[in-house]
Amino acid sequence: MIHGIQQSIINNHFRGVLMATDVFEMGDIDIAWCPGCGNFPILKTVKEALAELQIDPRQLVMVSGIGQAAKTPHYLKCHFFNGLHGRALPPATAIKAVNPKLTVIAESGDGDMYGEGGNHFIHCIRRNPDITNIVHDNMVYGLTKGQASPTSRRGFKTPVQVAGVILEPFNPLAVAISLDASFVARASSGDREQTKEILKRAIRHKGYALVDIFQPCVTFNKLNTYQWFKDRVYYLDDSHDPSDRTAAFARATETDRLPLGVFYVNPKDSFEENTQMYRQDERPLHQRDVDARKLASLIDTFKMAG
Amino acid sequence: MANRRDVSIVLCGQAGQGVQTVETLLTRILKIAGYHVFATKEYMSRVRGGANSTTIRVCGKRVSALVDRMDVLVPLNAGAVAHVAERLSPQTVVVGEREVIGDEAVESNRTLAVPFTEIASQIGGKIYSNVVAVGAIAGLLGLDPDAVVGYVRRYFARKSEEIVANNVKAVRAGYDAIGKLDMPDGLRLSFKPSAKVRDELLLSGAEAVGLGAIAGGCNFVSSYPMSPSTGVLAFLAQHGLEQGVLAEQAEDEIAAINMAIGASYAGARAMVTTSGGGFALMTEGVSLAGMLECPVVIHLAQRPGPATGLPTRTEQADLELALYAGHGEFPRILFAPGTLEQAFYLTQKAFDLADKYQVPAFVLTDQHLMDSYYNLKAFDPVRTKVQKHIVKTAKDYRRYELTKNGISPRGIPGYGSGLVAVDSDEHDEQGHITEDLDVRVAMVDKRLAKGEALRKDIVRPELIGPKDYKRLVICWGSTYHVVKEALGEMGRTDTAMLHYSQVYPLHPSTADLIGKARKTVVVEGNATGQFRKLIRLHAGVDATEGLVKYDGLGFTVEDVVEGLTEIAEG
Repeated sequence: MIHGIQQSIINNHFRGVLMATDVFEMGDIDIAWCPGCGNFPILKTVKEALAELQIDPRQLVMVSGIGQAAKTPHYLKCHFFNGLHGRALPPATAIKAVNPKLTVIAESGDGDMYGEGGNHFIHCIRRNPDITNIVHDNMVYGLTKGQASPTSRRGFKTPVQVAGVILEPFNPLAVAISLDASFVARASSGDREQTKEILKRAIRHKGYALVDIFQPCVTFNKLNTYQWFKDRVYYLDDSHDPSDRTAAFARATETDRLPLGVFYVNPKDSFEENTQMYRQDERPLHQRDVDARKLASLIDTFKMAG
Repeated sequence: MANRRDVSIVLCGQAGQGVQTVETLLTRILKIAGYHVFATKEYMSRVRGGANSTTIRVCGKRVSALVDRMDVLVPLNAGAVAHVAERLSPQTVVVGEREVIGDEAVESNRTLAVPFTEIASQIGGKIYSNVVAVGAIAGLLGLDPDAVVGYVRRYFARKSEEIVANNVKAVRAGYDAIGKLDMPDGLRLSFKPSAKVRDELLLSGAEAVGLGAIAGGCNFVSSYPMSPSTGVLAFLAQHGLEQGVLAEQAEDEIAAINMAIGASYAGARAMVTTSGGGFALMTEGVSLAGMLECPVVIHLAQRPGPATGLPTRTEQADLELALYAGHGEFPRILFAPGTLEQAFYLTQKAFDLADKYQVPAFVLTDQHLMDSYYNLKAFDPVRTKVQKHIVKTAKDYRRYELTKNGISPRGIPGYGSGLVAVDSDEHDEQGHITEDLDVRVAMVDKRLAKGEALRKDIVRPELIGPKDYKRLVICWGSTYHVVKEALGEMGRTDTAMLHYSQVYPLHPSTADLIGKARKTVVVEGNATGQFRKLIRLHAGVDATEGLVKYDGLGFTVEDVVEGLTEIAEG
């Protein structure tokens, strides 16, 4: 089984080509985000991580749903599938499943991935496709102008949650770890260097990899600001063992201070491998043809003669 | 009953009693022997108990339609006779245990008492009683006992020796028990088996759709189980590895269609199989397929709604749902196979046309078609060659390049040097989000142009009967055989049948064909005459009459004869 990323790295190494860091740059384009938005550093970091991993834009598919973060694929050079609200993970899973040679990243916001797409989030973790799931987590709805998101803190006031949010915030890391996800990490848009390293690990990881990225919304979230995050985040140090699921869960449920880093790594076979579609034939599905002989013999079984 | 050209056998019992095993064994034994055979069932939405029935017809010539008539009834539990009481006639021979048959049936009908359970218990347990019943029916029809035993042995071959031996004993005991009774006249099959039937296929609608999908190049199916569409998913999953189809059970129908569209974007030939409520969840995805111009095949097996409706029963009431599903305007293709041949070839064609025009293509079936079995000539899987309609991209590739017929060459990621960008937002030729309203208009025109282009591939409706008809009976989808047999029985020389296996877009001949008739009746399995309305809207002509059925059961030949006679006389 050829793993897309590793294969493209190997190819590039053999060719001795070093990828320019601007290979994903789009040039002078109109970007729809507010000035100061946390999406900008995330976009820049994703492009750098991809370049450092020597990923060929022609082998990269970005998949997103709807929202401000979901516009990300438009702003870097890649194949992309900008689908429906909440539905990034099913097509991302399928794209990887029908062509495992591609590097597939599903990138969207917290509302898209955890709210509208919550059911897919849960089952995608169970399915474990070899994709990276980057979630811009700003605890607010940006595109629809400031309502609560699944990760909004209790008491957060909005034009809809007028008396403040009364729902418990969704904890994506704890959910992912409880489902025995393959790779679970959290980063902050405020720290590009560390975020880049976390992203590189996630993209290299075989299997589903979640990277939840804290990101302030400068327009609609006056509570969870750059300063708010700065006051609370800290990095997991070497004393944390990412293979220890119980410890990872305990760290994920901390609320006063918010750890960043790789919480949990659980190597296992990917969905594509488990389908067994590539065990004897590495070709992506689009390169295969109907096996007329096998089909004819299947049809023959309905003669009930044998 | 003597010299009857076909015999109708009805099996009735509780869920979990093995009615299905009796049906499977009997239809295969009859087919292998060279008899034309048809079977279909109606059943309750429960795993145990209730009352389910299967109708099997065995005939000297092709037979593919449901009848009310019961020549033989085999009740397997106490409520069975009551369940089919309306279908009992003085000619019905009831075969079974005296206690099960009950007094009423004993008085008004001819009965043959065979103690299935007692015989089975002596052999090794009650569990063998349905195989005793198979033996009894085979004896009643006068089938070759060695051939019957031979198939039963083969059918259970994978089980333990003891189970095989007991089943063989059971089928033989049932056969012999009938031989000892005073047989009514004419139940033994008086027609000769045909060697040709032995070379034919015996399969169900679900299997025909599944095979057609494989023949159409389907290599990806994602779906959520829902009666009556699940058979196609199970079929493709069971043969997936060997036939190169990746089959995945999604967490819900929304995931299913979004997966299928993702797979299609990456170059797979993708399909979903679903039913009313599940399809309702997919409608946003249908719209996405329209916007992204990603080919996808949607097998929609109809059952009665609204909401959960009658989960295991049949109806043709989701035509308008399929026709209008998805917000916004974009082209689509709707096939509605009426025969198992059409189920195979049109499913295959749906994959071809979905890819050729980059549109969603529907295969609209229903529980009746899914669960109907009959023998038919073997399919030719290579009659339609699979064409991939995929291009290798160049560096400046534009996924939505504006072309005359609206069809942009379809590139996929990882094949060529271009980038393939698709967006559910309105997009420019590169696939990037846009709010340029001139581009918007150009893109709407482009998508709709494909709707015009695909008109040259519309499947012509099949006209059966006199060309100079004065009366025309129109039907679509699974009512093909029942209407055909009913009209054959009525023998009216002024009446023809017109069957649509593509219900949208309508073939351009529709207005002329209807215009030639003095009276037109549309036969369909819904309450509001959905196809009749579609004809009015899209062909601009009005059918004069409608014959509808919406009680959850399929039309029978008797239903159609009676309904058409009433209309003709009215």
